Amino acid sequence: MKLSRASLVLIAALLSAAPASAADYVIDTDKAHASINFRIKHLGFSWLTGRFDNFNGTFAFDDAKPEASKVSVEVDTNSINSNHAERDKHLRGKDFLDTDKFPSATFESTAVKLDGDKATITGNLTLHGVTKEITIDAKRVGGGADPWGGERQGFTGTTTLPLKDFGINYNLGPASQEVELALEIEGVRQ
Amino acid sequence: MQIRDTTAGYGLPTRIIHWLMAAAIIGMYVLGLWMVDLNYYSPYYRTAPDIHRSVGMLLLFLLLVRFAWRLSSSRTDDSELSPIERILAKVVHWGFYPLLLALMLSGYLMSTADGRPVEVFDWFSVPALIHDKGMEKTAGEIHEFLANLTMFVVLLHTLAALKHHFFDRSRILARMWTGSFKDQ
Repeated sequence: MKLSRASLVLIAALLSAAPASAADYVIDTDKAHASINFRIKHLGFSWLTGRFDNFNGTFAFDDAKPEASKVSVEVDTNSINSNHAERDKHLRGKDFLDTDKFPSATFESTAVKLDGDKATITGNLTLHGVTKEITIDAKRVGGGADPWGGERQGFTGTTTLPLKDFGINYNLGPASQEVELALEIEGVRQ
Repeated sequence: MQIRDTTAGYGLPTRIIHWLMAAAIIGMYVLGLWMVDLNYYSPYYRTAPDIHRSVGMLLLFLLLVRFAWRLSSSRTDDSELSPIERILAKVVHWGFYPLLLALMLSGYLMSTADGRPVEVFDWFSVPALIHDKGMEKTAGEIHEFLANLTMFVVLLHTLAALKHHFFDRSRILARMWTGSFKDQ
């Protein structure tokens, strides 16, 4: 049988797209072994911390080829929780997240670069209706067989977001232009 | 001085509470609209909501007192109203109570959703009854809607009172200000 050049290209594409050994993981939000935390300076005097209680996501990870990893997360912006009801109501409002209009924020990775035991994850974050490329400094914490017959991998990561980049312009003062995110992610292999 | 309401007019307690609440409720609406748009560095950023919460809790207390007073009072004469006016007046007058109660409770539930009490000036604090973080979103939406609805009903009530005063030339508005005929 003679294959056309187009068919060969197609077969090659299919073969390369087939997963080598990268496994898919679901972030363990179900049993809360993952959290999306933020902190921002209050007046420049202290750090105010909070979190998003509800989110979900998946990642693909291959120990042998970590650079082929991919991660995708969707955050329910209404679930913001800074341990103060009136403030959270303000944060959901038009001055900040405008959650009626933008009920979710998403992150899709586009590239993972390794540097020793650290990694830089580049991807697109959509927050407050604005999509921007961000980088997350990440590190693998650990992974392997869990005691209940499953397999897990865990990572930690941080990134810094200038609020103005995402169209959030409420003036909290010169020391509070950026919010830091601390991401604690554990995934269960599917 | 007339204390009890009679068929001819309202007693002093009714009149005082009526105008006090009228001023406070309209003032609270304006204060509420204004305070949510304050800049973080405004000197009123903290005090305006403090006053709004404090006055709100006092209004809730006053509403309950007024309701009890109203139940124990005799009805004023409404014979000069047309049948449709009489029904509308009843709906508006009695409707104010559940409306204001729900308005004030929704504000209270919003502020206490995280378990924090509501501080009434530096006087006393009202503890949270329902600790349900996240409830502030729904309670806040209800509070805003009911506040707007209240202002709409206040407008209807005012227009009706002015109509009776200027078009019908009746004492319906005057008796809430000066009391009964006998008082004058």
